[in-house]
Amino acid sequence: MFEKALTGSKRYWAWIFFLLAVIALGVMAYLRQFNEGLGLTGMSRDVSWGLYIAQFTFLVGVAASAVMLVTPYYLHDFKRFGKLVILGEFLAIAAVIMCILFIFVDVGQPMRILNVLLYPQLHSVMFYDMCVLAGYLVINLVVGWTTLGAEKKGTPPPKWVKPIIYLSIPWAFSIHTVTAFLYAGLPGRFFWMTAIMAARFLASAFAAGPALLILLALLVRKLSKFDPDPGIGAIQSLVKIIRYAMIANVFFYICEVFTAFYSNSPDEMAPFKYVFFGLDGHTSLVPFMWTAAVLAIVGIALLIFPTRENKVLLPIALLSIFLANWIDKGIVLIIAGFVPNSFERVTEYFPSGNEISIVVGIYAIGALIITVLYKIAISVREQNQI
Amino acid sequence: MSVNRRQFLKRAGALTALGLGGSFVLTGIRGKIADAASQTPSYQKQKQGLVAKHWAMVVDMSKFKTEEDIERVIQSCDTIHNIPDFGNKKDEIKWIWKDDFEHTFTESKNEYLTENFKELPFMIMCNHCENPPCVKACPTGATFKRADDGIVMMDYHRCIGCRFCMGACPFGARSFNYRDPKPHIKTINPDFPTRTIGVVEKCTFCVERLEKGLKPACVEASKGGLIFGDLDDTNSEVRKIISSKFTIRRKSELGTQPSVYYLVGGEESV
Repeated sequence: MFEKALTGSKRYWAWIFFLLAVIALGVMAYLRQFNEGLGLTGMSRDVSWGLYIAQFTFLVGVAASAVMLVTPYYLHDFKRFGKLVILGEFLAIAAVIMCILFIFVDVGQPMRILNVLLYPQLHSVMFYDMCVLAGYLVINLVVGWTTLGAEKKGTPPPKWVKPIIYLSIPWAFSIHTVTAFLYAGLPGRFFWMTAIMAARFLASAFAAGPALLILLALLVRKLSKFDPDPGIGAIQSLVKIIRYAMIANVFFYICEVFTAFYSNSPDEMAPFKYVFFGLDGHTSLVPFMWTAAVLAIVGIALLIFPTRENKVLLPIALLSIFLANWIDKGIVLIIAGFVPNSFERVTEYFPSGNEISIVVGIYAIGALIITVLYKIAISVREQNQI
Repeated sequence: MSVNRRQFLKRAGALTALGLGGSFVLTGIRGKIADAASQTPSYQKQKQGLVAKHWAMVVDMSKFKTEEDIERVIQSCDTIHNIPDFGNKKDEIKWIWKDDFEHTFTESKNEYLTENFKELPFMIMCNHCENPPCVKACPTGATFKRADDGIVMMDYHRCIGCRFCMGACPFGARSFNYRDPKPHIKTINPDFPTRTIGVVEKCTFCVERLEKGLKPACVEASKGGLIFGDLDDTNSEVRKIISSKFTIRRKSELGTQPSVYYLVGGEESV
C-alpha cells in the first residue's frame, strides 16, 4: 500500500518538500543541542522541564483520543464513524511517534535512553509510560494497516485483529492515565499532585484530539475526492463527544480552583495565582492562560448552540477548543508545576529559539507522517469509490 | 554491476563465515580475560572507613555566625567535588549552599519575624531522605539509596538525564549539567570524577571520603557547625542531639523523612 504515498499531485509534493525543509532545520537545531547540551534551551535548575515535555504530555492525549472513534465504531457498532476511524488511528500513530521524539530530545544523554529497558525500575512511572506508549504505537500500526489493507482488497478485516482492536480501548486510557501519574505522584509539586489529574488529562484529550481530527477530516474533504462524512452525520456525532469532553474538562478545572482557593491553602493557590494573575511580579504565563480560558468558553458556546452546524463557525469552534487545550497542557501545566520552586521563589522559563526550532521540527515530522498515512488511506478510498 | 542468485549466495555465505569466525575470535579473547579475572580474589566490601546504618547530619545554626563560616564550608565541597561555576543561575550546579530562613522553612515563617530572623542563613544540601521521591522517580536506577547506610547516590554513567528526579525532589537539591562542566571548573581535583554533559548530580555525603575513614568535607570545614553520624547508634552525637534537643527538618510534612536536621536554638535550647 505504501506505493500510494509515492504518487501525488504537484501540490502534494510541494507540501512534502516543505515539511522536509522544516524537519531539516529542526534536525540542525537538534545537532546543536546534542553537541552543546540542554543549556541551549530555556530550561534551568528550577524549571527543569519545558516545552518538550509539555508537547509530549499534550500529544499523548491526542494519541489516546483515537479511542473516541474506536469505541463507538467497534464496540457499539456505531456505523457513522466507519470512514473516520482510520483517520483517528493514523493520527494516533503520528502523535505517539512525536511523543517518543519529544522524550528523546529532552534527555541529556540520548544515547543511553535504552537504559530504561536495560535496568527497568518497577517503581518508576516513567518505565511504565515507555512500555504503554510503545505498545500503543504497535497496536495502532497493526490495526490501522490491517484494516486498511483489507479494505483495499474489499474484504472484511481478518478475525485476529478484533481482539487487538478491543485491547486498544483500555490501552488508550492507560497511556494518558500513566502520563498523568508521572506528575500526580510527586510530593511538593502542588500544581500536579491532585487526584483529578488523570481524569482531567483524559477529558482534555478527548476534546482536543477529536477537534484536531475533525479539522483534518474537513481538510481531507476539501483536498481529495474522499469524503469522510458524506452527509451521514459522523462529524456532528463527534462534535457532541468533543463538547461534553470539553465541558467535563472545564468542570474538573473549576474543581481544582475551588479546592485550592476555598481551602485557602497557600501551596495550592500559588501556582494558580501565578498562571492567572502572576506571582511576585512574574506574569509571563498570564496572557496565555486567559487566552486559553476565553477560547475554551468560546469553543464550548459555539458547540452548544446550533452554530455547531455552521460551515464557518464549526472550524473556529474546534480550533478554539484545540488551542485552549494546547495552551493549558502544552505550555502552562508543565511550566507552572515548577512555580514557585521549593524555596517559594519564582524562576520563569522562556523557550530559546533553538528549542522552538526543534519543537517545530518534530511537529513537522508528525505532519509528514499524517500526510503520508492519510494519502495512503485516501488513495485506497478513492480507488474503492470508483 | 549485476549479481546473479548464485554469486549473491556465495558472497553472503563468505561474509557470514567471516562474521561468525570474527565473533569466535572475539569471544575467545573475552573468555580469557574473564578467566583471568575470576582467578583474582572476588570483590569484597571494604571494612575500613566509616560505616553506619543511617548517616544523618545536624546543622547547628548557632555555629554559623559569619559569612566566612558559611563560605568556608561551601568552598570545601565545591573544590574537592569539581563543582563548575557557570556564572549564571540557569545552569547553576550546587551541592551545598545557603539560603535564608524565610525561604528554607517556608511553612514556618510568619510576617512578624524581624528581618534579621527572616534573613538568617541556613546551610542546604541533599537531605538523603529515608523515602527519597527522586529514587522512586528514576527510570534507570541511576539514583538509588544504599541499603546499608541510607545514602542517596548517583551513578553518572547510567543517568539518561531525563530530570524526573529534579521534578520529584521537593527540596531543589539536584542539579543538571546543562553544559559541559569541565571548562568551568577553576582547578580540577584529579581524585574526584568530573561529570559529563547531560547528567544530574547532587551531594553524596562524601561517600568517597567515608570509605577512607574521613568525615564529609563540609563537616570537617564547619568546625563543629555540621555534626555527622549514625542516627541508628543511640550513643552517637547526632542521635543525642536529635532525640533531646529541638530540631526541625525541611518539609517534614511530605513524609520523605529527611536525614538532615536543623538545630535552631543551638546551645541555648532545652
